[in-house]
Amino acid sequence: MPDGLVLAAWLIAFAQALLYVALAPLLVGWVRKVKARLQNRRGASLFQPYADLRKLLIKETRVPHTASPLFRMAPYIVFVATWLAAATVPLVALDLPVARIADIIVLVGLLALARFFLALAGMDVGTAFGGMGASREMLISSLAEPAMLMAVFTLAMTAHSTSLESVMSHHLADGFVLRPSYLFALGALLLVALAECGRIPVDNPATHLELTMIHEAMLLEYSGRHLALMEWAAQVKLLLYGVLIANVFFPWGVGREFTPLALGLGLLAVLAKLALLGAALATAEHVMAKMRLFRAPAFLNLALLLALLGLLSHVILEIGA
Amino acid sequence: MTLALLPLLQQFVLLLAALVMFLSFVLLAQARLISAIHSFAWQGALVAAVTLTVAVAGETHHLYFSAILTLALKALLIPWMLHRLTRRLGLERHTEDLHWPTLAIMAAVVLVIFSYWLVTPMVAQGLAFTRNIIAVSLAVVLIGLLMMVVRQQAVAQVLGFMSMENGLFLAAVSATAGMPLVVELGVAFDVLVAMVLFGVFFFQIRESIDSLDVDRLNRLTETADPVGANPFATTDEVSQ
Amino acid sequence: MEMNPVLPLAGLAVALALASSAVSLLASREPRVLRWFAMPLIGLAGLAALAAGLWALLAGGSANATLPLGLPWQPWRVRADALSGLFLMIIGLVTVAVGIYGRSYVRGYERGRDSLTALGGFTGLFLTGMLLVTLADDAFLFMVAWEVMSLSSYFLVAFQHEYAANRRAAFLYLLMAHVGGLAILLGFGVLAAFGHGFEFAAMREAVLSPGWASVAFGLVFVGFGMKAGLMPLHAWLPEAHPVAPSYISALMSGVMLKMAVYGFVRVVFDLIGQVQWQWGVIALAVGCVSALMGVLFALMQTDLKRLLAYSSVENLGIVFIALGLSLVFLGTGHLLLGSLALVAALYHAINHALFKGLLFLGAGAILHGTHERDLEQMGGLLRRMPWTGAFFLIGCLSISALPPFNGFVSEWLIFQSALQAWQLESGVLRSIIPIASAVLALTGALVAATFVKVYGIAFLGQARSRHVRHARQGAVGMRVGMGLLAGLCVLFGVLPTQVIALIEPVSVQLLGGGLPESGAQGWLWLTPISSDTASYSAPLTILLLALIAGVAFWWFLRGVPRRIRRSDPWDCGFAPPSPRMQYTAASFAQPIRRVFGLLFAIDESRPAFDDPAPRYRLKLTDRAWALFYLPVARAVEAASRRVVRLQSGNVRVYLGWTLGTLLVLLWVIS
Repeated sequence: MPDGLVLAAWLIAFAQALLYVALAPLLVGWVRKVKARLQNRRGASLFQPYADLRKLLIKETRVPHTASPLFRMAPYIVFVATWLAAATVPLVALDLPVARIADIIVLVGLLALARFFLALAGMDVGTAFGGMGASREMLISSLAEPAMLMAVFTLAMTAHSTSLESVMSHHLADGFVLRPSYLFALGALLLVALAECGRIPVDNPATHLELTMIHEAMLLEYSGRHLALMEWAAQVKLLLYGVLIANVFFPWGVGREFTPLALGLGLLAVLAKLALLGAALATAEHVMAKMRLFRAPAFLNLALLLALLGLLSHVILEIGA
Repeated sequence: MTLALLPLLQQFVLLLAALVMFLSFVLLAQARLISAIHSFAWQGALVAAVTLTVAVAGETHHLYFSAILTLALKALLIPWMLHRLTRRLGLERHTEDLHWPTLAIMAAVVLVIFSYWLVTPMVAQGLAFTRNIIAVSLAVVLIGLLMMVVRQQAVAQVLGFMSMENGLFLAAVSATAGMPLVVELGVAFDVLVAMVLFGVFFFQIRESIDSLDVDRLNRLTETADPVGANPFATTDEVSQ
Repeated sequence: MEMNPVLPLAGLAVALALASSAVSLLASREPRVLRWFAMPLIGLAGLAALAAGLWALLAGGSANATLPLGLPWQPWRVRADALSGLFLMIIGLVTVAVGIYGRSYVRGYERGRDSLTALGGFTGLFLTGMLLVTLADDAFLFMVAWEVMSLSSYFLVAFQHEYAANRRAAFLYLLMAHVGGLAILLGFGVLAAFGHGFEFAAMREAVLSPGWASVAFGLVFVGFGMKAGLMPLHAWLPEAHPVAPSYISALMSGVMLKMAVYGFVRVVFDLIGQVQWQWGVIALAVGCVSALMGVLFALMQTDLKRLLAYSSVENLGIVFIALGLSLVFLGTGHLLLGSLALVAALYHAINHALFKGLLFLGAGAILHGTHERDLEQMGGLLRRMPWTGAFFLIGCLSISALPPFNGFVSEWLIFQSALQAWQLESGVLRSIIPIASAVLALTGALVAATFVKVYGIAFLGQARSRHVRHARQGAVGMRVGMGLLAGLCVLFGVLPTQVIALIEPVSVQLLGGGLPESGAQGWLWLTPISSDTASYSAPLTILLLALIAGVAFWWFLRGVPRRIRRSDPWDCGFAPPSPRMQYTAASFAQPIRRVFGLLFAIDESRPAFDDPAPRYRLKLTDRAWALFYLPVARAVEAASRRVVRLQSGNVRVYLGWTLGTLLVLLWVIS
């Protein structure tokens, strides 16, 4: 690559990373809006999450007496790790240099890093709810993470690469192929995304009902800018999963060269895909009920089974020889 | 063989076959009887879809007929009969927790790999498509049998039996473009008769031991065991 | 020819270790000898071993020597090549830290009743044994060194022998170490029979039939697997490691278990040579079971050191998963993939030595400061022991395989090699290997849960008992020892290409090929197969993490009100939380215990509703005891009951047996 192009690529990568943090609240606003409409409410504005974040950022921050320094570090680490993970997922264009820094396994690792600190922060103050949230989060994630990795492995084995870029390019080069393994991997990844982002059958993002909380229980003691960062990280994570699903399984439209037209089209395509996914998520949350905690493992076992079948059907049905 | 080189219709058949296999897993692990019956109906519908696709791809006309037959019988009639049966037996809300659900699933995974291993040397390079489908069908048959082993509930066992038949049919349709119509009709009729007979049996079993848990059937031995000696006198004791 | 300094350096290390052992004999008269001479000598021995190991790895080639010791017809031979160099390096790294740490730690024993002579003497011998294991070039010296290592560590486990549990653990350890040693000896016997000699050089030349090769493999797998604590041969490990002094636990878990890996690699990859892929499947399966069960048991423990011991079972399981992958790839003729998996296994072995050493030292610091091993009594230690807390956090992050720390790199490499399974011809192998990698993924996630629990319960929250509330910060030496290992954990995580370049000579020596592509894109990029297949840049990851965090921090500090007000925790508006309201270690693990409940034998009793003094009791035992060990114990007992009939007490009967034996022997040799 000539030097000018490399510079352009880094700039686009940087812009894309900024786009992640900028768009993340919008996706949440969209999901809430659709959900409100489905419930025959008018709902808050699409941009309400931005206003919430702004409010939290300018409010005074309180820290409990019993908190250790880790409590104040954790929001930054969680936010940064999630953001870096998101930055490696191609949003509008392929062939970006950030994708080389981290492949899918590193992405899962970075999310795990964020979760590790989130759970520790929950336990730091020493309240009952914090520990409860941390314990439950680790239960959910210990089942969701292998399902996610296996689903991702299915893609990686098809493309012979763990780099998201290569997976997408491979998929684009093959054109439209009906792969049973992709179908299963998609199913698994959807379930994992619901669980990991704390969406409805596993967790409810809209409640502080004490005994059912998972994610909120860990954030209970946070306020002000710390809370803003944690919330923002959760929004980025939702966007990350959305883009992962939208762009890896349906990569059409993503920009393959660094021209304004291609990039603009890529952005439009991904926004359209995300709008559809967000509406689907809102509908799913609308029709499903929250499960009690010990049903969640069954839900995640289904994800594991789907991912496993994806791998097997890849080996059995798609390779031959 | 790479998937991308196959014609789209064959890809579609592979996709449907993979879904049939998935439904076998669902059947195996599904605790609720009614949901299991629904899964079975979906499996039947998928097999019918496979038949239809093969018919369209190969322009074999009698397969259209068997697709309709499969759909009517496996996706509609038999599930409806089972549904009615469970209602009349008062089992709509019956759930049966497998003792080791993960182990059953893992066993099924092993069966899938085993069937793949079994068919690997079977056909030469050019027929990889057929071979892979046969591997899946064999897996569906074996998982059906496994389901009959691990489930205690008689209705669930019947589901296992019926899904075995689905696997056989899948193999027949996709590997050899269908059996002669006469054979197919015969098999369909057999399945129907079996279903009716099962229905009758269920009532009989429940009359005599007041449960459909097949594990209790082993008490009906004709040994000198005082419990088993006189079935009419023991129903109360056994049912407790 | 230039003199190769590897063997002299290694010899110096052995001599220093023996000197430390000898000096300790004076400790009964003057306890401070241990602090002033024995432990520094251990540290120096570690330094010499580290230098020897690094030299052997960087200079390449091998050095041989024959010692003037041993039997007249079988003098002891030593050899230092890349493989022994790597393990000398592992011994060296951990031992240096232990030497620094131990100086402060043994002070705690100076006024105790326990024999410091035994502690110092056997520590030196233990180190000597491990050094000689890596250097031995014939089966005779290897077995002698192996037994020195096992026996001296037995005495270290039995150090505080006034407790019955320690004596029991030590006995179990001794018993199993000897069964394992026997299996290794038999394995060497098979190789020696075909190679006509006990020298490793002769064994290398031996031509074995596949059947006999498999027998030899099976024997050494059982033998070294027992030492490595693979399931179901692990029972001694969680008993023995926790009861030794903490820095000895660090040596046992961090280094001695690696000797089992060394022995396995030496015998299977080097001496037997003609690898069969079936062995790989066996190693893979055993590794998977060990990894998964190991971490599940670790998660259930409330004794910190016991938890760490179970986690060693898990990590050795991961090493054997990678070794199994390597065997599968080599057995099917994929040299590059085989060396990738081997490098991953060795990388993980180094990493485990570093972070498990660090964690055991950290556990020792907690024990030293609070006299507490039970997690249920801990809490809030981060405020009392900030340095220990910071280093322990690095250990937890490393062992949980989180980027950018070292554990992540080795697991990433294992995943990468597993994902190359598509290159295999056999469909069954192609489907088994991804399942193994799924088990690895599940293990990794559960490890994270385990160490969130450990760190959250021990270091965060509020103290759950009085002596933990008044915990003392450890001495400087202890902090330096831990800091050294913590720094290495970070270093080995951030510079993976250099570490792989360090390990690569081993793969070149054993398999004849390395990873030519791994650093082809420059030191920033780790690309094990090719840059299209996978790439990871740990330096850039950490750089970007730091950069974004810095920018975010700066932005927040100037853009928004920075005042932070301290207040009581909100906790949904309940009563002010007391330490007793916190989640405990057992309650943290409860959801996972319930999901995986059938794997454990759980004995739980809940209090009744109206119990005035409610107590909750939970006892969790390993099913392996009932399934595996008790039947063996019963069989041995039954057999001995038969044999005991011979012992009638009548002298003439015994003489009759002697006569009979004599006659049979004479008949046989005539």
